[in-house]
Parts: sequence; C-alpha cells; structure tokens
Amino acid sequence: MRTQRLSYEGVAVAIPITVPYVRYSTKTAHWFVGHALDALVKASGIPKSQIDGLCLSSFSLVPDTAVGVTQHLGLSTRWLDHMPTGGASGVMCLRRAARAVQAGDADVVACIAADTNHVDSFRQTLGSFSNFARDATYPYGSGGPNSIFAFITAHYMRTFGAKREDFGRIAVDQRTNALQNPHAMFKKPLTLAEYMDARPISDPIHLFDCVMPCAGAEAFLVMREERARDLGLAHAVIRGAIERHNAYSEDPLMVRGGWAIDRDELFAQAGAQPADIDFIQTYDDYPVIVMMQMEDLGFCQKGEASDFVQSHTMTFDGSFPNNTSGGQLSAGQAGAAGGFLGMTEALRQLTDSAGPRSVANAQLGLVAGFGMVTYDRCLCTGAVILGRPA
Amino acid sequence: MTIPLMRPPRKNPVLRTRQMNLPPGARGRVALGLTAAAAEGRFELQTCEDCNSVQYPPREVCHQCLSPRLQWRAQSGAGVLLSSTTLHHSNDLFFRERLPWTLGMVHLDAGPTVMTHLHGDVGTAPQKVRVGARLDRAGQAVLIAYPQEGDAHMADDKMLREMTSDPKFRKVLVTDGKTEVGQSLVKALVKAGADIVWVGHAEPWKKLGGLEDISALPQVTLVPLDLTNGRSVSELAGEIGGKVDIVINNAEVHRNFGIAARRGTDAAKAEMDINYFGLLRLAQEFGPALMGRSADGETGASAWVNLLSIYALSNFPPHGTFSASKAAAHSLAQCLRAEMRPAGIRVINVFPGPLDDEWNQQMPPPKLAANTLANAVVKALRDGIEDIYPGDVAQEWLERWRDNPKVLERELAAGGG
Repeated sequence: MRTQRLSYEGVAVAIPITVPYVRYSTKTAHWFVGHALDALVKASGIPKSQIDGLCLSSFSLVPDTAVGVTQHLGLSTRWLDHMPTGGASGVMCLRRAARAVQAGDADVVACIAADTNHVDSFRQTLGSFSNFARDATYPYGSGGPNSIFAFITAHYMRTFGAKREDFGRIAVDQRTNALQNPHAMFKKPLTLAEYMDARPISDPIHLFDCVMPCAGAEAFLVMREERARDLGLAHAVIRGAIERHNAYSEDPLMVRGGWAIDRDELFAQAGAQPADIDFIQTYDDYPVIVMMQMEDLGFCQKGEASDFVQSHTMTFDGSFPNNTSGGQLSAGQAGAAGGFLGMTEALRQLTDSAGPRSVANAQLGLVAGFGMVTYDRCLCTGAVILGRPA
Repeated sequence: MTIPLMRPPRKNPVLRTRQMNLPPGARGRVALGLTAAAAEGRFELQTCEDCNSVQYPPREVCHQCLSPRLQWRAQSGAGVLLSSTTLHHSNDLFFRERLPWTLGMVHLDAGPTVMTHLHGDVGTAPQKVRVGARLDRAGQAVLIAYPQEGDAHMADDKMLREMTSDPKFRKVLVTDGKTEVGQSLVKALVKAGADIVWVGHAEPWKKLGGLEDISALPQVTLVPLDLTNGRSVSELAGEIGGKVDIVINNAEVHRNFGIAARRGTDAAKAEMDINYFGLLRLAQEFGPALMGRSADGETGASAWVNLLSIYALSNFPPHGTFSASKAAAHSLAQCLRAEMRPAGIRVINVFPGPLDDEWNQQMPPPKLAANTLANAVVKALRDGIEDIYPGDVAQEWLERWRDNPKVLERELAAGGG
C-alpha cells in the first residue's frame, strides 16, 4: 500500500513572467535568467533579498548550474534546485517549490526557466543532448527530435487511424490563440490548407508540426497563500500534481505516456473530474503528443483523440481550450522555458490577466509536462491541476 | 528493388571537388563495442551474463537486473520494422548533402528497439527486417535494416554505397602485380566491376609468369612502381594519384629467418624496406590525394588496403624478422587509419595466415590460396569491414590471441604454429 500523499494546500503560485522571445540572441542564458528574476521582483514588490529559494531549468547555462547563477545574480537562498528536465520542468519545479514552502525550507521560491539560442545552438545541443542520443540516434540522419517523433506519429497514425488533418486542427487552433498573445513569435493566421501544404521535414512530420527554437524565459513565484494574500498578489492554488519518469519502457515504441499511470490520483487529489477542467495547457512539442495527453489524462479514451479533436474547437473561446497562449507551436520554444509556458499561461488565465484570450469563467486548469528525449521517447511526464483560491 | 548503379558521368574538371563532411562520429567508450564488432563484420549487442537481457543503447549496467556483467554477443538481427521516416531536413552536413534519407525503428526479436538506417528495398511498416551493423564514413558503427530477402543489386543502394567501398566503377591501384596474390587481386577487382586497375611492377625487365594474363584485361594498365624508391612512388603518384579511388598495398618481402639463423641485417632490412618503409612512402605520396577526393561523387576515393600477416599480432620465430616487419607495418597502418579517418577513407588491414606460396613451402596446410585472399579483400571492400583474418590458420591464431596473447606467445615459441 502506497503512502497517501499530502495535499498542496496553503501554497500560492503567482506572478507569471515571460521574458519576450527572440529567434536568436547573442546573450547567454544568464541574461535571460537575470531578466526574469528582475521582472519577478518588480511585479511582486518582493525584494531580491527576500527570495530565499531558487528552482532553475535551463540547457544553455553549461558549464554553470543553478548555484553559479546565485553568484551571478547576487542572490543568497536557503533552498536551491536545478531541474534540467525541459518540457517537464514546469510541473517538476512547481512540485518541488511547493513542498519546500510547505515544509518551511523556503518562504519565496523563484521558479525560472530560461535559455538562450545562438545561431548554431540547436545543432550543437542535439548531438550532445544525452549519451544515448550521441551513441544511438544522432548518427542516424541527425534529425533530432523530428525523426523520433516522426516514428511515434507514423506509428500512432497507423495504429489508431489518425490523420494529418487531426494534427492540423491542433496547430491551427493554437495559432488562433497565439494571435491574441503579444508574446507569440508567430503573428500570422494559419489555415488547415497551409498546414497540409507545408514542406515535409521528416515524414509524416511537416513544418507546422515543429516548434521554432528561440531564446527567452518564463518564470513564476511560489509562496504560502497568506504571504500572497498579505501582499495582495493575484495567485492560483495547486489542487493536485503528479509526475512519472521512464514509464511503459516495455512498449517498443511510445503509444502512451506516464500520465495514464497517475491521472486517477491527480483527479482524486484535486477532487475533480476531467469534465470539470476549463482549459488545458498540453506540452506540444509535436501534435501527436497533445493527442496522447488528451487520452492519457482521461479526456477521451486511448486511440480516440482524433474523434475528440474533430468534435471540439480548441481555441480559447472554444469547447475545449488548449494551449491558450498559442503553445510552443505558435509562441516558440525558448529551450527549457517551453516547459514553463503552460504554467505561466494557466496562471494568467486563473488570475484574470490573459487579456483578449481569456477563457470565460475559468476555475480549473490542467497543465501537463513532457520532457527529455534521451533516446526514443521523452522520459518525464507530469501534470498539475491549478485552481482559483477559495 | 534496388536500381543498379550506372557508370557515373565524367567529372567536370571546372567544378570544385566536393569536400567530405563526415557523419557524427562521437561515441561513448561503451558504445565503441558496437564499432569494434562491426569493424570485423559482426553485429553484436551487450547481453547480460546474469539474466540474458539484451541491452540497447549500449550501457554500463543491465536495465533488468542491474548486473554490470554485460558481454558483447552476436545477434541474428531479426526484427520487425515498427515505423519509418524519410528525412527532408537534417542538422548535420553529411546528411544534408544526401537528403532525402530514410530511417527506421526496429523492434528486435531479441528485445530492444533500435534506430536504423533503412535500406531502400525495405517496404512500409510493419514488416520483418534483418538488422546488421556497418561502419559509416566516420568509421563508427551504425545499424542498418535490410529486407529479409535481398536482390542482386542490393549493394548498389545509395545509402549502402555511402558506407562501403565497393570496387564497382572505382579506380584501383594494386602495388605489386608480380605475385600470384597480386594477380588474383587484379582479377577479382575486374570481376567486381572496377573501372581501371593500375598494377605496379617494380622490375619490368624481369619476366615472370602471369603478368601477360592480367595485362591483357582491358581494365588493367601496368605501371612502374618500386616501393623501395621514393622517386618511383612520387612519380607514379604525380601521374595517377588524383584518380585512384582505392589503394591496395600487397607488395611484400618475405624471408624465413629468425635472429640466429642468419648473420647481419640485410634480409631484415629488405623486409622492412618494402613491408614498413614501402607503406610509409606510399602513404605519404598517395594519401593526401586520396583524402582530398573522398566525397568525389558516387565512386569517390574510399579505401586503402594493407596486406599484413597474422604474424603481425604475435611473432612467429621461424619467420621472425618478417613477423617484426609486419608488426611494424600494422602499427603504421593504425596511424594511417587515424589520419585518414577525418576524410572518411576506410583503412582495411588484412591479416592472412600462411599463403600457399614459395616462402611458406615448408609450412603444413591449410595454407591460404591467393584467390581466396583476393575474394576476401573484395568482400571487405563491399561490406565496409576494417580488419579481416582470411583463412583457417589466421582465424585460429586470432582466437588464441584473443583468448590469451601470452599463452599464444609461449605456444609459438615452442614451434606450435
């Protein structure tokens, strides 16, 4: 019998920050981390000296880690974590920061994900991303995650009968959302015809199935609810959170993610059902993974995500709002900040600061994470349900 | 079905010769076990000595039972192609220049799922395939999925041609045409579709049997080449160095002496002068041009073959000075391999057992026939193999050397060939 996990009650998540994305930057990751921390300080009114916890996610800090950043930024914390887990780092940072705050190990934790993108960064990152990538995937065409997710997508299409048009609906609706997000890199509407006609990258992956690497940062603060209330900070609360690593390794090719193992516990902890969720922020490195999240998080049955996306609109004002910021597919992927994008967007939705792309009467939002293609699939999955304070 | 390779058009001399960009060559130390096996034409994966689980990608500890006792074991390669993709974009220059490029994910019957290059004859997933390991142009092992049944032109597959040094339509230099081995090599290369075979002969006034036969072949041109003479090597390189795609250095001097059996160093010097310094002279003169043309179209420069000897691994005292010269040549060949790798030129070392020739007259059988050796060299070129040990004696000595080199040394000292 597994121990019943403690709830995340009493923890506030506040101050969603986006350091605007640029396609390429000559700055280092530290510049973006510094910018994010400065924005957190200014927006919260909490002086830097009172930020006593830091949870950092970045790929391009090398050879530095989070502790080097404390010296760079003149920050003295009593709690520190480094979470280089990319697309899952938003959920993972939040979970760790929340526990630190509950335990009293820290009062105010800055969660920051930041990466720079030099002209040749992406290529250099791919070949040295992991030992397994260096030995067993990069020498095969050097397509990076495009070819890995091409395998997964082709296999999913064959197994469950999904069509490119289904993936296209996800990309097109996210673009509609992005047009209401001033931070999004893509400013032009995308039609399904344009999606279908895009050039092939790694069949069946085409151009608009891929994210655009860029530089930028996302950040938020975690503290006790009383503190947030005292400071008058708009915030969300954590209703439930899960993570799982290296799940279903017996599947010869990825058809499901670790969310499926833990989702019942997630919803039970939140005291909610999938139908109660007002919006989701899925991890959209590729549309097929968005469909897997819809299935594995319980919004539809396995293999039925095609029908599900056909029967819903996924715009912020639609029947199933998904990635209301535009997601990485339309906002851009600022390295590890891509793993925070859903979190900052969910906070904006739940603190009434999402502007023209607000989801009407949003009370509960689900943010999912997915990260780290070390060999043939992403290893980390996570999800959190955020709500408005009672 | 693979479209047979057509004779490439004549090169346009006005255009710049394309430079080589190698595929990604970085590997961790453990993963080099795959390369070590592929260099000899085998597909091996780590297998747990405790629970028999097959591991991939290569690792330090068994993913099932955590045992560190992982041994490289031969694999059948049988599996099912689960998914495939054709790349139209790559982050690496080698592939970018060769797009589109097809890849597959194969679930091996032995357990793991492996990412592979995909032979053009493999159809759509799902279907049964056979996975093998090959050295790529960077000299590192990669996995390739083949159709279960191959056709006659399978080796002409565009992707495979990038990995191998098939003599078809290539221009080859064989450094010594006087010997039976040299003549067998020439015939085997012509049969394999070589475009031109230049054949060296050091002393044209000496009339030896067999040269007329091979010089009658339309692909063959006799060229003066004396490996003991730097000027001779240099002159020939000036003439044909820019056209040779494959160098096969089979010139050797072989005398049957140890140390005490002959006073003085003249015989040993003659062996070293051809077997070691001859290779050095040849490599200095022909190496740079070969390296400069390694990406020169479908039939660009691709390989360098050294005829060594199984005696290079451990000294055979009755042929003691010959063994030493071959050990020196082996060491130099490793240097040559390292220097040629950045250009993607494959250096193939051939370690035959005793040849059936006059210098092994007193050796008991089995002895290696010249045409068997020649066919083994052509097969190594076709299969992209780096080290070959043709013949039963070579195979047996190799096994004994691998098992325990000290024991082999004692056995050879006691006359146990």
